[in-house]
Amino acid sequence: MAAAALSAAERRRPWLLLSPTLATLTMLMIAPMVIMFVYSFYTYLGGGRDLPKLTSANWIDFFSDPYYHHFIWQTARISAVTMVLCALMGYPAAYSIAMTRFRHKWLLLLLLIVPFWISFIIRTLSWIHILGEQGAINATLRWLGLITDPLPMLYNEGSVILGMIHFLLPYMILNVYVSLEGIDRNLLSAARTLGCTPWQAFREVTLPLSLPGLGAGSLLCFVLAAGSYVTPAILGNPRDYFFGNLIYDAAMTELNWPMGATLSIVLFVLLGAIAAIYSRYMGLSRIYKGLSR
Amino acid sequence: MRARVAASEGIWGWRAVNAASVLVYLFLFAPIMVTMLLSFNASQFGGFPMTGFSFRWFGVLLQNDIVLAAVRRSLILGALTSVICTVLGILAAMALVRYEFLGKEWVNTLLVAPVLIPETVLAVGLLLFIRWLHAPRTFLVLLLGHVMLSLPYVVLVVQARLIGIKRVYEEAALSLGANRLQSFREITLPLLMPAVLAGILLAFTISFDNVTATLFWRPPGVETLPTQIYAMLRNSISPEINALGTFMIVITVGLPLIGGGLARYLARSQR
Repeated sequence: MAAAALSAAERRRPWLLLSPTLATLTMLMIAPMVIMFVYSFYTYLGGGRDLPKLTSANWIDFFSDPYYHHFIWQTARISAVTMVLCALMGYPAAYSIAMTRFRHKWLLLLLLIVPFWISFIIRTLSWIHILGEQGAINATLRWLGLITDPLPMLYNEGSVILGMIHFLLPYMILNVYVSLEGIDRNLLSAARTLGCTPWQAFREVTLPLSLPGLGAGSLLCFVLAAGSYVTPAILGNPRDYFFGNLIYDAAMTELNWPMGATLSIVLFVLLGAIAAIYSRYMGLSRIYKGLSR
Repeated sequence: MRARVAASEGIWGWRAVNAASVLVYLFLFAPIMVTMLLSFNASQFGGFPMTGFSFRWFGVLLQNDIVLAAVRRSLILGALTSVICTVLGILAAMALVRYEFLGKEWVNTLLVAPVLIPETVLAVGLLLFIRWLHAPRTFLVLLLGHVMLSLPYVVLVVQARLIGIKRVYEEAALSLGANRLQSFREITLPLLMPAVLAGILLAFTISFDNVTATLFWRPPGVETLPTQIYAMLRNSISPEINALGTFMIVITVGLPLIGGGLARYLARSQR
């Protein structure tokens, strides 16, 4: 009897410990998402006013207006380019950190984490100092006498991509590094003993075994890139805007909350679907691992 | 002969990889270095050329009341966020590591969800909820929002450390007559301290740095440090922004380095 009572209390205890966190997340995330879904069917009256009269007008608007479709494709395209470039730049770096015999390897890893501590907005605007009219590149070229008028390198798709890579690259490198670090070195020695060239050993052993990390890093890069709106706002032209910028404009500038809700749901569903397909095949646990470092 | 070709192929490949790696580090840090360098520029423009070395813009910054108010607000916001997140995070991590229960997977997924959902979506959601409740957009909304964004990271950090602390220590305390609270306070918490410090710093940094969601959540007319910089960028990049950047980098990089060193020292002295 006493044992049963104890086990009931015991069973309740984890929920008791979790209750403040669950209450917070329910209030701040789950309830708002539900309300957001309902709100996407509200009627927009104009001038920041809306009515709780259900209509599908916002959704019809979204599905019929090519303006929105254009920005979805643009977001997907630029994010995909960013992701591929992150993989191409991040893989060699992760490989050299994982395989190095350098005694202070921890320093190399620390240097990858330091960018996470530096203000995101400062990191983003620092590209203005590199690419801008008064930036380092133009100043150098002018000093060398190679140009008289500054080259326009800022506020285009390229500068947006550079800014994105700059903040996403550490995620990619850390994820690839974790999976490279987990590879049994004996496999490589075995491959070499059996007559593989270093390049063959890399292609046949290391690369396939590091694909899960590359996949996790790529997913993170794509999802984080596609969800952003500050980078395009600072380093881009309105032509280069992302879907997130449309959400900001709808909700905060036009105060068209029903449309803001509709567009948010769209972004949530699209990126959620990508993450779900990914986790179906690869599992999300690797991503948590990458994040907890 | 073939072996020698293969070996030299390996060496050149390795050199190429290392060179690429150096370039990647350069890519990551050069823009930040340039910004810090320009904050000591005597010129009244934010960019190149450097016309001389000066601390002038830090002095100007110290007299800018709007910026100082934003700094103060960001510090308060970060401190409150980190305290709330740490308390909630420790409780949640205890439940997830020390107990087996039905629906644990679901709870785990829910806890990490705020990381995977785009900030824009979370931001609009919370604002719509506030609007639906006819509640005003106050500082509290901003604070709660930051708690939501930082909480997953704190839970993950505390969880990772808690897994490494063996249950036998707690069980020993319990069998010696301590109650659960005592055993937590005397045994678990001191062992958990490095993770708690790391969690506090992490939550503070995330809050102090956040700009995307804060642009949605800030009450009308209220700016945190990052949104203040964002607003200042509208005109042009001023030397004051560079000085502010250097100041922020010194705080957000310096604090974790000191904290990390301290945590390492604590962990070592316990062993």
